[in-house]
Amino acid sequence: MYPSKFGYEAPRSLDELSSLLNRYGDDAKILAGGQSLVPMMKLRFAAPEVLVDINGIPGLDYHREDPDGTLRVGALCRHVTLERSALLAAKHPLMAAAAPLIADPMVRSRGTMVGSICHSDPQGDWASVLLALGGHMVALGPRGRRTIAAGHFSLGPFQNALQPDEIALEAVIPAPTGQRSGTYLKLERRVGDFATAGVAMALETSDGRVVRAGIALTGVGPSNIAATEAAQALVGKPLSEESIEQAAQLAAAAAQPRGDHRGSAAFKRHVVATFIRRGLARGEAVAA
Amino acid sequence: MSYGRSVEVVETAENVRRITITVNGERRVVEVEPRLLLAHLMREGLGLTGTHFGCDTTNCGACTVLFDGEPIKSCTMLAVQADGHEVTSVEGLGTHSELDPVQEGFQAEHGLQCGFCTPGMMMASKALLNRNASPTEEDVRWALSGNLCRCTGYQNIVKAVLWAADKQRLSGPAAAGDTSSEEHVS
Repeated sequence: MYPSKFGYEAPRSLDELSSLLNRYGDDAKILAGGQSLVPMMKLRFAAPEVLVDINGIPGLDYHREDPDGTLRVGALCRHVTLERSALLAAKHPLMAAAAPLIADPMVRSRGTMVGSICHSDPQGDWASVLLALGGHMVALGPRGRRTIAAGHFSLGPFQNALQPDEIALEAVIPAPTGQRSGTYLKLERRVGDFATAGVAMALETSDGRVVRAGIALTGVGPSNIAATEAAQALVGKPLSEESIEQAAQLAAAAAQPRGDHRGSAAFKRHVVATFIRRGLARGEAVAA
Repeated sequence: MSYGRSVEVVETAENVRRITITVNGERRVVEVEPRLLLAHLMREGLGLTGTHFGCDTTNCGACTVLFDGEPIKSCTMLAVQADGHEVTSVEGLGTHSELDPVQEGFQAEHGLQCGFCTPGMMMASKALLNRNASPTEEDVRWALSGNLCRCTGYQNIVKAVLWAADKQRLSGPAAAGDTSSEEHVS
């Protein structure tokens, strides 16, 4: 299958990219890893006028921590880099758990975390991770940089909050306020399939109490869902069977699943609650 | 996000790009239309038909090649993106007289029946062994989790890769050598 014809630009700097986006506006589409965009173009679901390939722009493939512990993941940081990252393995249990569950090994070689979040597929895993961690995206445009909170970034299926002349420069995870723990659990029919359901869990504890909690759901609604009430049920007290059960019930209630070939709505809600019980109670929320 | 077409893109000389890629160690200069997929360039442009189109929808892994040492699906990358990069296909693994240990392993352990998925399986296996000389069965299954086979039930494929790992270890680092780099693609 061939994509429709398109113009191809490969800027070598952010300045060059900026002027291209300014020139082409909404006719341009940014190509990073291409693991969602290229298949969509082949199927003619997407037919951008101009493809702006950012892979030649140096310095965007980073993931690094600021001195204060803020984590920044650049627009060209591939899934595989995060999967192999010693930094994530040591300090970011939720991200380290999610990275190897993205698609399959070959897709992980090319695809990027930032691109996946921009794609705004409700079955994308990284957007849930960012929601659970209370992160944000940094957009760069002609008016400079602006931050967009994870909860405001996706506007619905395949729609994000970026303006046509903006690029998502990086995803940012704030520094923890306590001891970090968390995990990502995902049910898929086979490797590489989209999630039947996925749950991202991020906890921060201090003096035996949960001081911050984030729970987000994948594949059970028109967007990734922040299960705020479920997370709130865990905060301000030690983790207990009661609070976990409460969170499991509230998260299942927050899900908005539709029955499809992957399972009924009731089944998906059940999976959400089960994942919360497993992730939080069975010690799978490995401390960082 | 709008994909409306406000301008007609006509095919002109400007819409053909000249790219330089290193394929199986050989520098090639080719002209490609931007929408040409890497898998099409390999098969039709360069005559390297060992890279197979299976599903053409990023599912099956039959088109797997190494791109700067990392396994990728060549049906899901534009050929123009390979400009300045190294691509290794199954034709670059070994020669008829001197097979790569991975190829020998597939032969020794009956790692194929119809053979359609085999080039992709072998390239994904090669990428694994380049990084991990002593993989466990679990490591092998994980590395091949993006490659589909409809014949073998995978058992003999996994055995073939473990066989190749043993062979490489026994033959020493020189025999396990591969020219592909392990640097991260950026």
